Amino acid sequence: MTQPFRTAAGGHVDRARAIPFTFDGKSYTGHAGDTLASALLANGVALMGRSFKYHRPRGVLGAGAEEPNALVSVSRGGGRFTPNLRATQVELYEGLVAESQNRWPSLAVDVGEVNNLVPPGVFSAGFYYKTFMAPAGAWKGVYEPFIRKAAGLGVVPREPDPDHYTHRYAFCDVLVVGAGAAGLAAALAASEGGARVIVADENPAMGGGLLDEPDLAIDGQPAAAWAAQAVATLVARTNVTLLTRTQAFGYYAQNFVGLAQRLTDHLAALPAHAPRERMWKLRAGRVVLATGAIEQPLVFPDNDRPGIMLAGAARTYLNRYGVKPGDHAVVFTVDDSGYAAALDLARAGVAIAAVVDVRPEPGEAAALAANAAALRVLSASVITGTSGRLRVSGAEIGKVGPDGTVRPVERIACDCVLMAGGWVPAVHLFSQSRGKLRFDDARGIYLPGEPAQAQLSVGACNGAFGIAAALAEGFAAGGAGAAPAVSGEIAPMGGGFQGAVPHHRDPQKVKAFVDFQNDVTAKDIRLAVREGFRSIEHVKRYTTNGMATDQGKTSNMNGLAIAAGALDKPVPQVGLTTFRAPYTPVTFGSFAGHSRDHLFDPVRKTATHAWAQANGAVFEDVGLWKRAWYFPKPGETMHAAVARECRTVRDTGGVFDASTLGKIEVVGPDAAEFMNRLYTNPWTKLEPGRCRYGLMLNEQGFVIDDGVIGRLAPDRFHVTTTTGGAPRVLAHMEDYLQTEFTDLKVWLTSTTEQWAVIAVQGPNARRVLQPLVDGIDISREAMPHMSLREGRICGVPTRLFRVSFTGELGFEVNVPADHGLAAWEAIWAESQRYGMAAYGTESMHVLRAEKGFIIVGQETDGTVTPNDLGLDWAIGKLKPDFVGKRSLTRPDMLKADRKQLVGLLTADPAAVLEEGAQITAEATPIRGRPALGHVTSSYASPAAGRSIAMALVAGGRARMGETVFIPMPAGPIAAQVCEPIFHDKDGSRLDG
Amino acid sequence: MLLIRCPVCEMDRPELEFRYGGEAHVARPLDPSSVSDQDWAEYLYFRSNPRGVHAERWRHTSGCGRFFNAIRHTVTDRILATYKAGEPKPDLATLTGETGR
Repeated sequence: MTQPFRTAAGGHVDRARAIPFTFDGKSYTGHAGDTLASALLANGVALMGRSFKYHRPRGVLGAGAEEPNALVSVSRGGGRFTPNLRATQVELYEGLVAESQNRWPSLAVDVGEVNNLVPPGVFSAGFYYKTFMAPAGAWKGVYEPFIRKAAGLGVVPREPDPDHYTHRYAFCDVLVVGAGAAGLAAALAASEGGARVIVADENPAMGGGLLDEPDLAIDGQPAAAWAAQAVATLVARTNVTLLTRTQAFGYYAQNFVGLAQRLTDHLAALPAHAPRERMWKLRAGRVVLATGAIEQPLVFPDNDRPGIMLAGAARTYLNRYGVKPGDHAVVFTVDDSGYAAALDLARAGVAIAAVVDVRPEPGEAAALAANAAALRVLSASVITGTSGRLRVSGAEIGKVGPDGTVRPVERIACDCVLMAGGWVPAVHLFSQSRGKLRFDDARGIYLPGEPAQAQLSVGACNGAFGIAAALAEGFAAGGAGAAPAVSGEIAPMGGGFQGAVPHHRDPQKVKAFVDFQNDVTAKDIRLAVREGFRSIEHVKRYTTNGMATDQGKTSNMNGLAIAAGALDKPVPQVGLTTFRAPYTPVTFGSFAGHSRDHLFDPVRKTATHAWAQANGAVFEDVGLWKRAWYFPKPGETMHAAVARECRTVRDTGGVFDASTLGKIEVVGPDAAEFMNRLYTNPWTKLEPGRCRYGLMLNEQGFVIDDGVIGRLAPDRFHVTTTTGGAPRVLAHMEDYLQTEFTDLKVWLTSTTEQWAVIAVQGPNARRVLQPLVDGIDISREAMPHMSLREGRICGVPTRLFRVSFTGELGFEVNVPADHGLAAWEAIWAESQRYGMAAYGTESMHVLRAEKGFIIVGQETDGTVTPNDLGLDWAIGKLKPDFVGKRSLTRPDMLKADRKQLVGLLTADPAAVLEEGAQITAEATPIRGRPALGHVTSSYASPAAGRSIAMALVAGGRARMGETVFIPMPAGPIAAQVCEPIFHDKDGSRLDG
Repeated sequence: MLLIRCPVCEMDRPELEFRYGGEAHVARPLDPSSVSDQDWAEYLYFRSNPRGVHAERWRHTSGCGRFFNAIRHTVTDRILATYKAGEPKPDLATLTGETGR
């Protein structure tokens, strides 16, 4: 027998199947159906982790989701690594590789354990706040590395996660959360009439507490057999979906519940292409919560040694897995459920050294049973301390006198201590659903009050403790008749004793743990209260009680009771911390689902993408678009490529894909009036066939978009917007059209994707297009700057704009997107007769900056007015109203010291400023004095033969010629304020 | 995720299809030029921000594209009614009475 603590028979594991696994590199064997925790206990391994602050040796406390101590990392190789898993929920599979955490060099010999010996107070409540205060500079060098080293959780995976994760949206009439007695009963009853029912349970097998009750009979059947039959009945019903290994982790508005289903973590061999986890986004007509209750530990000195665990957990290990928690047990209980554990263990051959009961008298049934089993019961008694380093070896017993004082009585040798501190309803999901909790004074527990949604709590989570009560509530909730008869049960009463157990020892010298995972002691909570914290929310944050990955499942109520005691107030008056999703940690992969890598966001490509790729383009992301950034020749740097492209455009010409510009067709009898109201410019007199630069403001008077707008017909405008602004502009237009200007007959259509746009810019632009157009006179006289013609080009229909974003003679050829590549190739071939270049967005930026053309979002930041940009000429001053007009005369908009757009010329012409850099009046910035503004655009300009920049500077237009400074890490850079135009100031090049 | 009834589509649709649009029934003055600076600032920047029942604009962005109004309780997130833009605000007392809570 290699598993010394495995019972000879019993439990639901498959004893025929031996499962080898390793823990911290050492090989063990368990059985199919084991968890890592049950298999380690079976092998006599009590030590499973080290605590967070003090590095104290810790064993398993619970048997399920509540486990605070036994956190492990599971590694499957190939990037599959998951830290901080609860050993109690890790299913054993062949070849499982698990490691303990927070120890060095090993679990048994851990250097960090010295933290346990430092004088009391150093790691006390609020130690983060007290210890790491000053000096400020020490944070980075001293405190942060220390905290990171000391923080005792698992390490972050280093490799990309090779698994994939999936999402499913689902609907049902009734969702049942939890498949214990109450949940199975509710599911059976609810599904009888054909309602669509989904049952979700976190465990691999359904049945919950029914699997831990060997003596209990339901309608004469053993409880586990009844559960198996109930599950079989549900499986046979086509209207029922049963989800095991599925945690309902979050409960949101309108019965929207998030379920995290683990699909492959329990398998030795991973199936190819199967998702690891599935997140269910479930909308339920009704939700039945049957989430059970969580047993609480007792807060006594040294209550954290390996071998000290919850009594209910010990029953689970014994009855579900056939594992004894030890050979000599002391049971410390506050209610009858401790007796149930003692009786089970005694029958399995564990020597029960004593049942230590806080109460003067046990319950009637428990007393009878204890008597029959000849258990040694110590009433009105407590444990006041324990001994043993890597495993508990003894418990100190004290007798509580009538006045509440404790007198030491004896030491009892043992190798496990079972704590039955009372059961607390798992109201987490109920609370998340915004249901209000009520406090049950008699039992000292919070219970669900009035639900906020179509929801019902049944069973232990509703305070109905024990199998009989749970079945009754479950069947009633499902709308069925009487529940089956239950016999042989010792039902827990719930609640019971909470807070710190009294003892005779010096409270300053003992550690009685409340929060095992975050190492918070009763002393810490009392200290927080002494230091002035009154609200439990503040006490929680100051002490970190309940803030670890277990979210206080075994510590919140004890912490609350200790705080209430210290404040001398009833528990409900101290408040209750908020229960937040997720109930147990959910992987990032699960939330991301398929939204990763190339599926993270759609990719938008223009018609010429493949051509650009073939011609060596480097791309940049602009919103979702891939845009050609620059076209380097072999061996050419970005700087050289951009300089060449810019020079070529101005010397002969260039071709540029401008398809990503947003395009909106504004159509209708009131189109011009609509444009008048949405743009600052006047549109009434713009003739069909002409274009105008349009400026769009929000109602606050700030520039939000711009673009060239062509009038095709009296009732039709071709609007262009910035690349990123198209959806926002259309929404803005729709908003006013639908809700304010409802008198206007106008239709808006997004046409961004319909048109490919090819900009041909430079002195030879007209010569390139001349042989390609059909039925359009593009001569200088017939088609002036800022005009628009419809006709054909390269054999396909076009809207041909004569516009320039470079300052050179320029056209923008709009063709239906399907013809974009063919048109581009034809234009490109023609342009090669003149030695023109394809240019990308970087050259486009440089060329426009040389002319001082703004880019909305670069020169503007949502606080910039037309006047700030020197664009007053674009405002139709005679118009009675347009969106933003009234705001332009608010007092703040007229201040002389507003930041205005200016140019900057650095004293050193080779110095290219950093975009976004702050600008100051003094070379050395004066503390407390705000910056004058910031650099908005900056480039090395081939046309200017030096660096150029644009900037927003307070009162900038009155500072022409002044020197300002741009402080940088390497020293301040001096620059002179100038007009924001650096090339062809009189615009003579527009006509070629 | 909320389910929101689009009064145009007459369907309950998930929140993801909608875009929030701020407080409803804040009418743009018909003649902004005659509005004082103070009143214009109130119109631009000041909203009721109640703890409780709130009339607000939503747009069914990924559906019919229409703006409409909703009455939502800002504490419970419960949407008590939705109605088309331009329709009068429903009587809140009746609404809260009808839903019981």
